[in-house]
Amino acid sequence: MNPWTTFRIALASLSANKLRSALTLLGIVIGVSAVIALMAIGQGVQQSITAQIESLGSNLIFVWPGGSFEGGLGRGAGSANTLTLADAYALQDPVFAPSVAAVAPELRTGAQVAAGRNNTYTQVVGVTPEYAAVRNFPVEKGSFITAGQLDNRSQVAILGAAVEGSLFGNLDAVGQPIRINGRQFIVIGVLESKGGGFLGSLDDQILVPITTAYYRLNSQRTTQGGISVDAINVQMPSVAAMDAGMREVATVLRLRHRITDADDFLISSQQETIEAVQQTTNTFVLFLGAIAGISLLVGGIGIMNIMLVSVTERTREIGIRKAMGAKRRDILMQFMVEATLLSLSGGGLGVLLGASIALLLRGRPLFGDEPLQTAVNWNIALLALGVAAGIGLFFGIYPALRAARLHPIAALRHE
Amino acid sequence: MIELKAVTKIYRMGSVEVGALRGVSLAIAAGEMVAIMGASGSGKSTMMNILGCLDGPTAGEYYLEGDNVGRLGDNRLAEIRNRKIGFVFQTYNLLPRLTALANVELPLLYGNGHHRRQRSRQALERVGLGDRIQHRPTELSGGQQQRVGIARALVKNPRILLADEPTGNLDSQSSAEVVSILQGLNREEGLTVIIVTHESDIAAAAQRVIGMRDGLIIRDTAAV
Repeated sequence: MNPWTTFRIALASLSANKLRSALTLLGIVIGVSAVIALMAIGQGVQQSITAQIESLGSNLIFVWPGGSFEGGLGRGAGSANTLTLADAYALQDPVFAPSVAAVAPELRTGAQVAAGRNNTYTQVVGVTPEYAAVRNFPVEKGSFITAGQLDNRSQVAILGAAVEGSLFGNLDAVGQPIRINGRQFIVIGVLESKGGGFLGSLDDQILVPITTAYYRLNSQRTTQGGISVDAINVQMPSVAAMDAGMREVATVLRLRHRITDADDFLISSQQETIEAVQQTTNTFVLFLGAIAGISLLVGGIGIMNIMLVSVTERTREIGIRKAMGAKRRDILMQFMVEATLLSLSGGGLGVLLGASIALLLRGRPLFGDEPLQTAVNWNIALLALGVAAGIGLFFGIYPALRAARLHPIAALRHE
Repeated sequence: MIELKAVTKIYRMGSVEVGALRGVSLAIAAGEMVAIMGASGSGKSTMMNILGCLDGPTAGEYYLEGDNVGRLGDNRLAEIRNRKIGFVFQTYNLLPRLTALANVELPLLYGNGHHRRQRSRQALERVGLGDRIQHRPTELSGGQQQRVGIARALVKNPRILLADEPTGNLDSQSSAEVVSILQGLNREEGLTVIIVTHESDIAAAAQRVIGMRDGLIIRDTAAV
């Protein structure tokens, strides 16, 4: 029997039971669309987290103080005051750290900020002039902190876009006075908005000179004297220089801290951070895909179920066809084509539905107010379609074999 | 044309073996019209199945046009059914979803069938149903359905037409019509027709009557 005839017969018997075929189809449609939509959401989340990390400067190495031990309580990494501003400047040494391109230390503290009648609580970050370039924080208006303001411990501030909004509304903040922890500062600039994100809003912060932050806003002093910092961002000229850079940074800090055994600081690279985040989100994406895959499997079992019912119902028809000269192969093909037709058209509709869901959700806030990025992966769509076809073949073969093996006389006598 | 040599057929029902045919020898020449009669359980249906290549004998030989078909595999038997044998059933066995035309087309789907539509239409015209080709079985009377069944059996120009109680479900007028069609095919076209029946007036239309009982031939008018 020629393939076109087989196809037509299969189509005719599927449309003879429209509701049943549609419901069977639905199982596959739901399975495939779930795979595609969930994977699209998962990959979108992954992409936006990665993009956000990358938006904070490129080729970065992060240095944090190690853990401290105070009154018998371990306080975890970053709690010690072992890193100083002098450490940061030492990392710019062309002899000991030739690979380093730029260094930007930071000192963070929370503070109550007020302007006129408005006030808010936000992060105040003490930074140096290099911070704007290293962490990729350009000012939208006004200017960034200068070296002179750093030396003079000037009471000047750069506002994040969100802070400007909550303190000044639609008014221009540049040149206006604000109070941070009761001290008067002058706003000299406003940062470009980066939008919120999975890592917390990057617009909800204020930058001040690190010297001002240390002497005017933060009362802690280091054990070694000098200005302590919370973190040092070290920029490398290229990805290739990252490994050498990490070794150089560690060597300089060990020398300066006279360390012989355990380091009192932690180093990680931006790549490591991205990889760690990607590993986490990959697990998350795979988990979503696996759940959706289970529903696809259930859809396949639905096809097998319906095909078995169909074979039983049509036993007499099979007998008639065999008496008229249908071979085992003809009957086998007829039922296989029916099963595959069901699963393939279900897969096709599922791809369309899944992609539509992903496109509909694109840009809508699903988690908090962060607009969701969805990325329809057409390889996965193709894979899901292939898996759907495979499921049709796999779950169709047993009912089809049962039909093909029926004895013509027994089948003809079947009531 | 047809020759059975000491054919036996044994069915196994659980641990009991039932001999449905117990050594039947028979020869039917081309162009004969034969009625096979017998009570139920006489083995006439089993013989019909073997003659129609739906089943193989347990022992003995079956020659169809000189070929020993008793030992062939499923696929070869399917080919022979398709090319050489036309079946007419008591319950018509039409596919209810298909039109008369599509039902008649069925044998042409298996094997090489060109001009399927045209050949099917011609077959329906031969049985006087040229004006009913788009009707479904439920829209036809019993006699008309059986004529569709005959058209389907004829469409591949078989060598043998096997009719299993073809009038069993029909009233006397439709029965007469069906019998006269079968008779016409035999007389005018020389088609070999074998009818299984238990109605003696149907058997009377045949030139030769074979009686069966308990898996054996007990009477054959041609042998006398």
